Amino acid sequence: MTSIAKPQIPLLPLERNELGLTIRDYSGSMSTLCAGCGHDSVTAAIQEALWGLSVPPYQVAKLSGIGCSSKTPQYFDSAAVGFNSVHGRMAAVASGAAAANRGLVVVGVSGDGDSLSIGLGNLAHAIRRNVRMLYVIANNGVYGLTKGQFSASADIGSRSRKGEPNLMPPVDPMLVGLSLGATFLARGFSGDKAQLVPLLKAGLSHGGFALVDVISPCVQFNDHEGSTKSFRYVREHELQDIDADIIPVRGQIHSEQTPGAATEVELHDGSRVLFRAVPEGYDPRDRVRVGSYLVESARQGEIATGLLYLDETTPDMHQVSATTEERLWDLPFQRLCPGSAELAKFQARLR
Amino acid sequence: MAKVQLPEAPSRARVNEFAIKLANVNGTGSASTNNLLMQTIFRMGVPVSGKNLFPSNIQGLPTWYEVRVSQSGHTARTSSFDLMVAMNGQTYQQDIAEVASGGYLVYDDSWPLDQEMRRPDITFLGAPLAQLCAQRFATVKERILMKNVATAGLVAALLALPVDELSKQLVAAYSRRPQLLEDNQAALQLGYQYALENFSCPLPFHVERMGAPDGRILIDGNTAVALGAVFAGATVGAWYPITPATSVMENFIRLCAQYRRHPGPDGREVNDYLILQAEDELAALGIVVGASWAGARAFTSTSGPGLSLMQELLGLAYYTEVPAVLVDVQRAGPSTGMPTRVQQADLLSAAFASHGDTRHILLFPSDPSECFRHTVQAFDLAERFQTPVLVMSDLDIGMNDWEVPELTWDDSYRPDRGRLLRPEELERLEHFWRYGDPDPEWTTPRAVPGETPQAGHLVRGSGHDFRAVYTERPDEYQEVVDRLLRKHRAAAEHLPPPVVELREGAPFGVITMGSCDLAAREALEQLPGPTPSYLRITGYPFPPAVAEFIEAHPHCYVVEQNRDGQLRSLLLIETGVGGERLRPVLSYGGLPITASFIQDRILEQESPK
Repeated sequence: MTSIAKPQIPLLPLERNELGLTIRDYSGSMSTLCAGCGHDSVTAAIQEALWGLSVPPYQVAKLSGIGCSSKTPQYFDSAAVGFNSVHGRMAAVASGAAAANRGLVVVGVSGDGDSLSIGLGNLAHAIRRNVRMLYVIANNGVYGLTKGQFSASADIGSRSRKGEPNLMPPVDPMLVGLSLGATFLARGFSGDKAQLVPLLKAGLSHGGFALVDVISPCVQFNDHEGSTKSFRYVREHELQDIDADIIPVRGQIHSEQTPGAATEVELHDGSRVLFRAVPEGYDPRDRVRVGSYLVESARQGEIATGLLYLDETTPDMHQVSATTEERLWDLPFQRLCPGSAELAKFQARLR
Repeated sequence: MAKVQLPEAPSRARVNEFAIKLANVNGTGSASTNNLLMQTIFRMGVPVSGKNLFPSNIQGLPTWYEVRVSQSGHTARTSSFDLMVAMNGQTYQQDIAEVASGGYLVYDDSWPLDQEMRRPDITFLGAPLAQLCAQRFATVKERILMKNVATAGLVAALLALPVDELSKQLVAAYSRRPQLLEDNQAALQLGYQYALENFSCPLPFHVERMGAPDGRILIDGNTAVALGAVFAGATVGAWYPITPATSVMENFIRLCAQYRRHPGPDGREVNDYLILQAEDELAALGIVVGASWAGARAFTSTSGPGLSLMQELLGLAYYTEVPAVLVDVQRAGPSTGMPTRVQQADLLSAAFASHGDTRHILLFPSDPSECFRHTVQAFDLAERFQTPVLVMSDLDIGMNDWEVPELTWDDSYRPDRGRLLRPEELERLEHFWRYGDPDPEWTTPRAVPGETPQAGHLVRGSGHDFRAVYTERPDEYQEVVDRLLRKHRAAAEHLPPPVVELREGAPFGVITMGSCDLAAREALEQLPGPTPSYLRITGYPFPPAVAEFIEAHPHCYVVEQNRDGQLRSLLLIETGVGGERLRPVLSYGGLPITASFIQDRILEQESPK
C-alpha cells in the first residue's frame, strides 16, 4: 500500500522557512519503495527544494506517469493535489495543467522508462513547448516494477542482474533536450543531496521547462557489478565539474557561495544561479559547447552532473501563446462567452 | 452554332425538386463553383443541400459535388441525378452512367466526346468552356480557375438562377482584389451567355424563388462545434490534425482570435485561451485531461484513428473522474480507411473506449445545429458527471454545409461545473475525500490543484478507494467501480432527449441516429402503408424511452452507417431485447445514406419474395 501515514516522531525544533513551515509540512505518505531506493532520496530532495524556496505547499501540482518513480508524488507534499496518470503521458497531462492555471508550481516526476521509452515523444514536445515546470527523471536504467528489463537509458555494455550486456545505445535526456532547444538541463545523483537540492531549486525557479535527470540507482535490479547505474559506478564516474548554486530571490541562500564564480545567470523570478568550478571554456549558455562536452564525457565513461545548460531568454508556452496573466480555468464566464448578440452577428454572413 | 433543342420531358419537369452533380478534378478551384451555386439556391429560399465528395489528395484526383434542391425539404443525399456537369474527362464513363433517364449532361466540347459513351435516354449539352476561357484569359492558371466560374454561369442559366445573385457573391468574395473580381465576372458571363444563346434555358427542372430564407443559415458541423466550444467557455483546446476533424480546431482558433482577444496592460493583445497543436492524439487528449483536471473547460477533436490512440487516456479520465470533451468527426474505417468518406462506425469503440470496464457518455448530433447545442451540453455533462463526453459527429455533418434554423443562445446560460468545490467550501469540510460522499447521481466532490491545502489528494489511474488512496482490496475497489456504473446510468436523463414519434397502427419502428435523420424521415414518408414510428437516438446511455419504443413494436429497423450494426449491438446490450426484434439496415460504402436505400432494404424484408 502506498498510503501508510508517516509516524509523527517528535524531533528537535525544526527550522522554519519564510512561510513559517517546516520540512515536515512538505512531506507525504510513507514510501513503499524498496529500502535504499534512490528515488526516496529524490523525493526528499524535492521536498527540501520546495521548502527551501518557501513554495506554498498547496500551490504545487504534482504529476507522474507510471513506474517506480511515478509512485513518488504520494511521498511528498500531501497538501498538494496530484495526478498519477498513465505511462508516458505525464508531460502532456502536465502541459494541460500548466495551460489551465499559470499560477501552479508544476512538478512532474518520471522515470527513464516513462520518459525515454514510451513517453519520449511527449517529453520532446513538452520541451519544445517550453512548459513552465520542473520535470524530474529518476533515472536508474532499468524497469523495476516488471523486475529488471533494460530501459532506454542503459549504457552499452552495462550488465543486467543476470549478467546479460545491454547492446543498444542509451538515450541521454540531456543530449536529447539540448537538440530540441531545452531551456534548462541539469543532472544530479540521488546519492548527492547537497548538489541535487540546489539543482531542483534552480529548476523550480526557471521560467520554462526545467529537465533534471537524476541518476537514481535501483537497489534491487541495477546496483550490481557491471551496471553503469549502480551507486558505486556513479560515485566513481561522476564529474561534478559544472557546479551551480541557486540564490533565490528571497529566502535563505541554502548552499555555499563561491565568490568569483565563473558565470552568473539570472532566473525568471529574479533568482540568480552561480556557476562555479566550471571547466575552462565551459559556457552553460552555449549549446554547441555543452553538447560536445556531454558527448566527450560520455565517451570517457563519465557522468557529467550539475546545471549543464541554461537559457532564460526563450519564451515559455504562455508567453508564446500570449495568454492572459490570469488563470484560464476560472476566468469569468461573461468574458468567455460572446453572447446572443454576437451569435446573431456571426450568422449574418451565413444567411 | 445551332441552338440545341431540348426535348420536352414533362415527367421530369420538376421545379424546385431535383438533384445535380458536378464532376471535377480536385485542386483546380472547383469549390468556388459549388459554393456559388449552393449559396444562390439557398438565398432563393429553396431548401438545398450540398455534399462534397472529395478524394484524400491535394491535386489531380476526381472530386464531385452533389446539390439536391427540394421544396418539400428532402435534402438528404440522393443517388439519382437530373443534371450532371461533367468537367472531368477521367470520370466521364461513371458520370454519364449516373444520370437519371431523361436527364441532362453538360460537358466541355472543346474536345470531342467519344460517341460510344453517349446514352440515348439523356441529353448531352456540349459547351466549349475551355476554349472560351483560353480566348479570354492569358495564363494557364487563370484559364483553369476561371473555367469553374464559367461553369457556374452556365449552370445558373440552365437552372434559372439569377445571375445577379451570383455576381453579387463574387463582389463580396473579391471586393479587395479588383482584377480578380473583373476576371470572375467576365468568366461568369461567358458561361451564362453561352448557355442562353445555345440552349433552351431553363431546363424543365429548375429553381424558382420561394422567398427569403428567413431564420435559416448555411453552416457546416465543424464550425458549429467550434462555436459551441467558444460559447460554452472552453479555454484550452488540444488537437492533432486529422481529416475530417481538422476544421473543428481551425475554426476554434479563428473564433477565439475573434472573440477572446483583448488588449493587455501593456497594450499588446492578450488571449483568454490557449490552443496547443499536439505531437499526436495521445498528447492531445493528455493535455485536455490535464487542463480539465486543473479546472479548465478543455476539448479535443479527432476522427477514428485518433480515437484509437486516445483509448488509454479515455480510460484514465473515466476512472479518475476527470471531465473531458472529445469531438469525433467520424470517417470510414477500419485503420486509415477512407479519410474523406463518411461512416458512423466508431460507436462501439467510443462507448467502451479503453480496456477494463469503461463506458462513456456519447452524444449523436444529426446536423450542425445540434453540433452547436450538443457541444455546449457536452461540457456541462463532462463537468457534472466528471467523465469524458464524446460528441459523435461525422464527415457529412462536419464538412458539408447544411441548411439549419439560425442558432440561438440563451444569455442566462451559466456553465454547470458540477460538484467542483471552491476553497471556502473545502475549508468548511471536516475531510475532503475525492470519491466519497456521492450525491443521488453518484457524483463526488472535486477539487482542483493550487487552491487550498484542504484539497490535498492524489488521483490515480491505479486501483483506489473513496479517498483516492491506492488499494488492492476487492471491496474498496468495487465500491468505486460500482459507483461509476451507477453514475453513468444516472447521466441518461440529462442527455438531449431522444426524438420519439410513436404512431398508432405503425407496422414497425425505425430507429436511427445522427446524420441518417433526413434520409430516414424521407424513407418513412415514402414507404407504402401506414407510416412507421420513428426514434432518433441522441445519446448514450439510453433513457428508458428507448427500450419502451422497441417494446412497443413487433420489430424495428435500425438504420445506421456501418457494416456491423453497431447501434443495434449497443441497443441489444443495453435493453436486453431479443435480436430478432431489431433488423439492421446498414449503409457503409462511405457515401451519405439515401432514402431510397433505406426504403429498399425495409421493403425487401417486409415483403419477402
